[in-house]
Amino acid sequence: MARRWFLAGVVAVMIALGGAAALFWPMGAGGGGGGVGGRSVGGPFSLADQDGRPVTEQTLKGKPTAIVFGFTYCPEICPTTLTNMTAWLKALGPDADRLNMVFVSVDPERDTPAQLKSYLSAFDPRIRGLTGSPEAVARIAGEYQVYYRKVPIAGGGYTMDHSSAIYLMDAKGRFVAPIAFGTPFDSALASLRRLIHP
Amino acid sequence: MSKPLFAGRLAAGLLVLSAGFSPALALDVHQGALILSHPWSRPTPPSAPTGAGYLTITNHGSAPDRLIAAASPAANQVQIHQMSMAGGIMTMRPVEGGIVIAPGATVSLAPGGYHLMFIAPRRPFKLGDQIPVSLTFERSGTVKLDLTVETPPAPGDSMPGMAMPVDPKGGH
Ligand SMILES: [Cu+2]
Repeated sequence: MARRWFLAGVVAVMIALGGAAALFWPMGAGGGGGGVGGRSVGGPFSLADQDGRPVTEQTLKGKPTAIVFGFTYCPEICPTTLTNMTAWLKALGPDADRLNMVFVSVDPERDTPAQLKSYLSAFDPRIRGLTGSPEAVARIAGEYQVYYRKVPIAGGGYTMDHSSAIYLMDAKGRFVAPIAFGTPFDSALASLRRLIHP
Repeated sequence: MSKPLFAGRLAAGLLVLSAGFSPALALDVHQGALILSHPWSRPTPPSAPTGAGYLTITNHGSAPDRLIAAASPAANQVQIHQMSMAGGIMTMRPVEGGIVIAPGATVSLAPGGYHLMFIAPRRPFKLGDQIPVSLTFERSGTVKLDLTVETPPAPGDSMPGMAMPVDPKGGH
């Protein structure tokens, strides 16, 4: 059992490093304020949440944020991440209210606020779903150095390739660390606790 | 002293039994030279435009077979997809030409890899639901079975190439 978890941890770290390295080098030795070539992860954006309320980077400041990019057409990764986010919020107890949990759609053509509202109703209501114009989504993805791409599917429709990691930002909107998809539940929870109590 | 030890051994034995003889075996479907086992799906949120189906296919024949099509009354369309993760980026593509099951091979449609992609489910998939699906194989023909909607395993346990090496029993 111990060996199993140890190996799982090693693999998760490898994935985290590999995933991050493909896009940017996220952490200095002490973490915090990471970026590549002087560019930091995070920045200004202007989107709307699932109730149609405007949300900008200023809305999120004052609390640390866990932010992930996805789309509701995703059959596996995104529902898994949202299920985990829901369980983390529950496990955090009162600390959960000291954190923003944010799901940004990279598929604004299909993910309207109404679609996000219905879809997210299966998860913790504290998770904010953000969407906007294609330009506004491209802007936040650029600020967060998130990769996404629309890929047509033979026979109609399309899917989105997208970065799967959750990005942890501090209360001032500065990048702290990623949580790679597949990170063991408890180790991700520990990262969230460290984010809330730095 | 001896009682707890016995209880421990008994519990360990039951664990091995339950791992080796999962209830899914009772639901195995035989079709031609193929055995299809543990057909399952995951719950979907309201208005989810897609769902995913999984199963394990073993080819006991001497010729390769191929899963070439899938359909279900529970969705507008069912496609055969492969998900993959590289450098932290999730991609998903239809599998061109279908999934080949070589003679003697077992192929899993499982989280992190191949799946049946349900497009526009007629209603959300709820825990315990049975989702009817028909699968068409090049050699073995068309077979109908039900996917049971279950709670998916934790993703850390389901990534391809992750679950296998860390399995203390070694898998085979
Ligand atoms: Cu798919």
